[in-house]
Amino acid sequence: MQVNDNNFEPVIVAFCCNWCSYAGADLSGTNRLNYPTNVKIIRVPCSCRVNPMFILRAFQRGADGVIICGCHPGDCHYTSGNYYARRRITLLYSMLDFLGIERDRTRLEWVSAAEGAKFAATMESFTEQVKALGPNRRLEDLRCRKQ
Amino acid sequence: MQRIGVFVCHCGTNIAATVDVKAVAEALGHEPGVVISQDYQYMCSESGQNLVKDAIKEHNLSGIVICSCSPRMHENTFRKAAAAAGLNPYLVEIANIREQCSWIHRDIATATEKAIILGKAAVAKVHLNTPLTSMESPVVKRALVIGGGIAGIQTALDIAEAGFDVDIVEKEATIGGKMAQIDKTFPTLDCAACILTPKMVEASQNEKIHIYAFSEVEAVKGFVGNFTVKIKRKARYVDEVKCTGCGACIEKCPMKKVPNEFNMGLDNRHAVYIPFAQAVPKIATIDPNYCMMLKNGKCGLCSKVCAAGAIDYKQQDSFIEEKYGAIVVATGFNPIKLDKYDEFSYNTCPDVVTSLELERLMNAAGPNGGTLLRPSDKSHPHTIVFVQCVGSRCSDEKGKPYCSKICCMYTAKHAMLIRDKYPDTEVYVFYIDVRTPGKNFDEFYRRAVEQYNVHYIKGMVGKVTPKSDGKIDVQASDLLSNEQLHIDADMVVLAAAIEPDKTARPLATMLTTQMDTNDFFTEAHPKLRPVESATAGIFLSGACQGPKDIPETVAQGSAAAAKAIGLLCKNSITCNPCVAHSDELMCNGCSSCEKVRPYGAITYSDKEFRMPDRTIAVRRVASVNPAVCQGCGACTVACPSGAMDLSGFSNSQIMAEVDAICK
Repeated sequence: MQVNDNNFEPVIVAFCCNWCSYAGADLSGTNRLNYPTNVKIIRVPCSCRVNPMFILRAFQRGADGVIICGCHPGDCHYTSGNYYARRRITLLYSMLDFLGIERDRTRLEWVSAAEGAKFAATMESFTEQVKALGPNRRLEDLRCRKQ
Repeated sequence: MQRIGVFVCHCGTNIAATVDVKAVAEALGHEPGVVISQDYQYMCSESGQNLVKDAIKEHNLSGIVICSCSPRMHENTFRKAAAAAGLNPYLVEIANIREQCSWIHRDIATATEKAIILGKAAVAKVHLNTPLTSMESPVVKRALVIGGGIAGIQTALDIAEAGFDVDIVEKEATIGGKMAQIDKTFPTLDCAACILTPKMVEASQNEKIHIYAFSEVEAVKGFVGNFTVKIKRKARYVDEVKCTGCGACIEKCPMKKVPNEFNMGLDNRHAVYIPFAQAVPKIATIDPNYCMMLKNGKCGLCSKVCAAGAIDYKQQDSFIEEKYGAIVVATGFNPIKLDKYDEFSYNTCPDVVTSLELERLMNAAGPNGGTLLRPSDKSHPHTIVFVQCVGSRCSDEKGKPYCSKICCMYTAKHAMLIRDKYPDTEVYVFYIDVRTPGKNFDEFYRRAVEQYNVHYIKGMVGKVTPKSDGKIDVQASDLLSNEQLHIDADMVVLAAAIEPDKTARPLATMLTTQMDTNDFFTEAHPKLRPVESATAGIFLSGACQGPKDIPETVAQGSAAAAKAIGLLCKNSITCNPCVAHSDELMCNGCSSCEKVRPYGAITYSDKEFRMPDRTIAVRRVASVNPAVCQGCGACTVACPSGAMDLSGFSNSQIMAEVDAICK
């Protein structure tokens, strides 16, 4: 199947922690800051709740990019959750390298509850980044592909 | 078989203008398990909630999905509605199609498509929701107020009035904060000390209030209703119980050249000092940086004259630990440092002062006994220039992006007081805008202009240069007449921007509360929950949340107290049931989860298990204390066997959401 790159609309899953980034996403909504519709947000209590399995699952099911957003270092609602997330994602990167999945398809970003503009800008730039990479085919489970 | 109801809200036109709500309801109606899918104008209204309640009863629903605004807004509303209709409140899921869809997208087709996907993810999740029951946890009936300025004092007095014990922790040697340094207050021009000091005394005499002055919060553990706070009592080198505040030690102290912080360094104090006459608690403090006895063991005069025998050179910092049900943050503000503003010659010319320094210069208890004199040669100033917005509303890195709010009013006050007391003095005010919203504020400003003939000039001051004859050349532009001006001034007063106290940032980390990019504490909701932080049990009072004048600070202090009292009145509070739990059959007791638990909620015990061959095996398994667990989910990821899971955000639920979004 040929995908015309100009019309390629990536599927992007964003995991946002309830205390900072999800509130930051809400703020960008309140301020009517536009970002691409490709981004769909899943609320998690903390960035440390994001199991690397979820990220791999998303890629398997056809996601083209996954972004994890948490509180800034030192600001975690649960004191240390974002540090765990940072270590786990760092480890996941080396696994993605091994699997041949581009690192740029995954990103970890700190967005506070007051940073609505940063949230929108981050989603904008991540979508552009994933668009430039093209569709994720390497890990996609074709049996799950939308008909 | 699940029976799921989907309810799509129009939110007036907030959602309906960019999302085809009918199409969303229609599409979600075809999802597996969905038995009813409806749209309605305002789902959160009473009739909207009744619609949900009736549908739950009529269709015997086992779970509901509301496609509406953020769950941070109305999740509780719909959980309550579900509970009222007999459905477990945790069988409700919200699809955020307003903040995260209709408000950010313009194109109806793509926004509708996204809303449908978000709705499908919520439906997929609610399929796997399980009924949860909240636990109760007891509330310690004692509050902590961090900061003893007017905000902290007001909060403490109000909480004590309601009959609860309150502790105030103040880092300085006395409570009172910035208001104690202020001379007069706008717009009534009454003396700040006359209205503040009775409140300070009231706080110290109230048997419900305990003041820990010269102390700092060192560590905070626990959660709403049950915080454990470690307080550091800094060494004063004076026994607080024995000291009577007579001041004999201060008279005898030979070290007299210590810059007096209370007078903004405009005069000197002794190495042993009481910050000001009405200090509460009125106890002497020895400054170890200057005391000769503490520095090199030579002197000891103060201990010889102290009749009470209160001087203790060997005193060390001590620590106490207390339990609190609620914590109120009232850490206040400071004027910014002006070392980046060389153009105003603040660091080189003593006659260029900040507004807070001017307060002390004009105060009867200040360095000049209330006569306004130039700090350099103690002469009477005849021309005074005020510069507004020094570091406020600044677009570059040097200053702050926000308006400091109080400067326009206190400058009008200063100008008026100077013109009233010294009518021969010319006063110029350079401003960008004059902002005077507030009761009787604009009238006050107009009095300064019309009655007291203060020269208000719209324009920026470019450069302030001290001249050899002692005058100061102020170079400025008048934006209205488009002229360049030079004013020969005797004094220049800078309205420095205000910023949160430096202790606020580490405190926010300890309390796990959020701050904005300017280090002001973030309130739970900018309009509807202005005195609560997003962290339960932590309340915000005064300028730590944003620039405020005194009436606003007092109002917010009382509001924070009301919120804290509301919490302390309860004997127990409902805990969040979305906590971790361990499947004992799957747990292999590896202790991986123990290493990532931030609250110490996981314990291990040996349990007997009946094996398939009917023998009994003893295995070490993890168990979670649901009253202590806060539900971060760190352990669920660390668990290699998948035994640990988080209620409300389980592995299968999040996977179902991922699948729904990716399909």
